[in-house]
Amino acid sequence: MPLSKKELEGLLRLVGLTKDSEINCEQCLALVAEFAEHELAGKSVPEGLKAVEQHLSVCSECREEYKALQRALGDLNNEPRK
Amino acid sequence: MSRDSEPLYVALLRGGDQRDSALSELRVILARNLRKALSSYARADDSFLEDAVQDSLLRILDRLDQFEGRSPFVTWATTIAIRVAMSELRRHRWRDVSLEQVISDAAPGSHWGTNVASRPDGQTERAAILESMYNVIETQLSEKQRKALLAELKGMPQEEIARHLGSNRNAVYKLTHDARKKLKHGLEAAGYSADDFHSAFAK
Repeated sequence: MPLSKKELEGLLRLVGLTKDSEINCEQCLALVAEFAEHELAGKSVPEGLKAVEQHLSVCSECREEYKALQRALGDLNNEPRK
Repeated sequence: MSRDSEPLYVALLRGGDQRDSALSELRVILARNLRKALSSYARADDSFLEDAVQDSLLRILDRLDQFEGRSPFVTWATTIAIRVAMSELRRHRWRDVSLEQVISDAAPGSHWGTNVASRPDGQTERAAILESMYNVIETQLSEKQRKALLAELKGMPQEEIARHLGSNRNAVYKLTHDARKKLKHGLEAAGYSADDFHSAFAK
């Protein structure tokens, strides 16, 4: 089952985005709520959260979870916070 | 922002009625948030959401000491609930698929194929980049790295790859991260920068 052109492009895209030091999915989970709040508020990403942004660019599962969080937060933002 | 100013968090740390009341409130909030978060997933019906909320509450209580107050408590709790629920959705979606099915049972080298490079209209630069990449894959990646990377490219979730390899999501992430680093350094050693392979394949 050779890789399709799209999969090869995906691999090269991932390789291009790869950093020598990356946080893993568990570390991303610990920081992603804070990252989402910054993004939702339209603030620039602080240095300490840049690793979350990079992780989301290379990890499709964390990215999928982040999109789901954005859907929830979009509505949360219109409701009183607890 | 301080975690001590988060009433739900503070109440969960206390015992008795306050904790019970906070748990009930959190259950309602998580059910509502998960419903919104997973609105595009057909399998996330009422029964699924109820189970996911219950599992999430247990996970959140187990990790309560990890909440640092760097975001609202409800946002933090929702990220955990989404991880729990989506892991279950993925597990269900891939439950009957084996790792071997995903990567096929051909010899390792043939998995990566040369569809693009051998195409008559394939450009020289593109073919050269692919040749360098295949060379790194064949000579520098371990069999486990090749398998994990290939399965990931075929769309298999890391948790499922981990299950088949007797590992966990973080370990699979490390495995494929190390593989990507080797590929990047190998391509750089062959004279190609990230910009080169971006532009070659954007054509």
